[in-house]
Amino acid sequence: MSATEAATAEETAERSTTAQALRRIVQGDLSSVRVILGLVLIAVIFQVQEDRFLSAQNLTNLMLQITTIGLISVGVVYVLLLGEIDLSVGAVSGLCGAVMAVLSVKHGWNAYLAIAAAIAVGTAIGCLQGSLFSRFVVPSFVVTLAGLLAWEGALLQVLGQTGSLNINDPKITGLANIFYSDTVGWIFAAVIIAGYGAVLALGYRRRVAAGLGDSNPLGLIVRFVFLAAIVIAAVAILNSDRGVPLAVMILLGFVVGMEYVVKRTTFGRHVYAVGGNAEAARRAGIRVNRVRIAVFMIASTMAAIGGIMAASRLFAVNQNSGGNELLLLAIAGPVIAGTSLFGGRGSVWTALLGALVIGSISNGMDLLSLSSSVKLMVTGGVLLLAVLVDAIARQQRQTSGRV
Amino acid sequence: MEAGTPLLELEGVSKRFGPVQALDRVDFAVSAGEVVGLVGDNGAGKSTLVKAIAGIHSADEGTIRFEGREVSISRPQDATELGIATVYQDLALCDNLDVVSNLFLGREEISPGTGRVSRQLDEVRMEHETGDLLSNLAVTIPSLRSEVGTLSGGQRQQVAVARSLLGEPRVVLLDEPTAALGVPQTKQVLQLIRRLRERELGVVVISHNLVDVFAVADRVFVLRLGRAAGEFKADETTEEHVVSAITGVGDGRNQKEQPDQPAPKEGESA
Repeated sequence: MSATEAATAEETAERSTTAQALRRIVQGDLSSVRVILGLVLIAVIFQVQEDRFLSAQNLTNLMLQITTIGLISVGVVYVLLLGEIDLSVGAVSGLCGAVMAVLSVKHGWNAYLAIAAAIAVGTAIGCLQGSLFSRFVVPSFVVTLAGLLAWEGALLQVLGQTGSLNINDPKITGLANIFYSDTVGWIFAAVIIAGYGAVLALGYRRRVAAGLGDSNPLGLIVRFVFLAAIVIAAVAILNSDRGVPLAVMILLGFVVGMEYVVKRTTFGRHVYAVGGNAEAARRAGIRVNRVRIAVFMIASTMAAIGGIMAASRLFAVNQNSGGNELLLLAIAGPVIAGTSLFGGRGSVWTALLGALVIGSISNGMDLLSLSSSVKLMVTGGVLLLAVLVDAIARQQRQTSGRV
Repeated sequence: MEAGTPLLELEGVSKRFGPVQALDRVDFAVSAGEVVGLVGDNGAGKSTLVKAIAGIHSADEGTIRFEGREVSISRPQDATELGIATVYQDLALCDNLDVVSNLFLGREEISPGTGRVSRQLDEVRMEHETGDLLSNLAVTIPSLRSEVGTLSGGQRQQVAVARSLLGEPRVVLLDEPTAALGVPQTKQVLQLIRRLRERELGVVVISHNLVDVFAVADRVFVLRLGRAAGEFKADETTEEHVVSAITGVGDGRNQKEQPDQPAPKEGESA
């Protein structure tokens, strides 16, 4: 919303005509449009090289591959909105996945209890790190770097001698391996489209009833049609392979829910405020430290959920769980898709978009069986590009009088 | 403009920071529907006086009366509860949020019904109230949904002032509201200050700029080295008189030799 208005502040000033409504759609979500174009470009490049890339089977695999990173990114977005960083999310996801596996396999806990315990561990870690960060005014970078090391150690400790643990409880493995039938898939599509339409229509009606400008519904209609088209296409593609995966619904559910929290609730507003100007937020009576702790709790909780999904997908946890480049990709994703590293700007939606970009690149390179040397360099390049784009956007804002 | 009891009255207020006597037995008052210009050189105690009223630093000595009643202001919340709003020079706005969000920051309206559970924002109502308030004050902002960072300095100042009014204050303290503003923007802000006066608020304007002070103030209160150094009716005095009170020279009178002077009421005599 803020980005939308930013780009078009001058244009929207006078009046709302059809042309302006259209311009608003195009310019408003400029970063989203840019990312979607980037996605199309990536798809075209890989499709030309390897025609399996856009096959229903590969696209379904892609969706499953991005579940973990997307879920972790949802929490990372909150931290980025504060202008902070959480380097521990990868390690926390590994540790929490392992906690669940150990409780389920070694201690025979009920699957749901094990999952709940793993999530609780994640939340507690976030509470600890957030409290240390806000109480002692230690840079979040350092607190979470310490966390990264410590939780990796904890992962090894939890796994013990075995080093890896296979999960066989179908309630856990099902999370990432259940596919719904075609009918159920279409029901999901209908519910999502109808729900989105209802939200847009109700919002529009309230605004018009309150006599607040914007009486031109064209922008809303375009957005509705765009979303409906994407949902229908996605379900059609997924149905032509194994069906809509439960994992995708979990990811979407968290993206939508956490986007609602950040954009529509008082708490979310305070997150933006603290990220934009912590001193102003404090003077406005916002309990800044509480917001900070809550955000770090969200980040670690989402990391735990991502770790659970990763364990479910692999049917196992091992010493590498949550390691490698997972952490940096989970941070790079939202930044690529337009969430600022400097705080105060972005949306949860960028977690999904960014995960799609990063997932597509890595999936495509796997299909082409490129060596890991190339993959690492390309991934590094994409990360650098994302940060540069963010920095350039920030400079442009500053030269145009925004900070 | 009503005479009678001042809305806010300070009597013999002193404040000391270590060896520095920042305020020395200052008497100060502002009435409803009155704009008081608070002027003085750097270090004269203007900010300290405002901070004492706003509850940032409580005064060491002296009494503060609000609507004739003696009150103690030891925390910012005390001042807010009494109905004293302060707009600081740095404005304390979130540049990444739009006008509506900034106005309601920290006191957001919550949607009725199910939205209450998640503390969902009632954007429509907030935007509506923002529109009403700003048009009441004749503040023109291109769009209520513009990010505050995109606004001009004058617009930002006006947003900050409008925001202070949401709590329905009786007294508004403005710290250098026209500093760093261009001519047309300064004009807008001064116009806004006049509208606060029309709303029967007591307004205290701290400023270095005597032209702006004379353009808007009913009364000019001069501080020098922590002491009251003169009080003038704006339409009965000249800038020269005020300047000499600020600097303590001129008019053949050295104000340094007047300890603890109880501020001549009628400025011309200075």
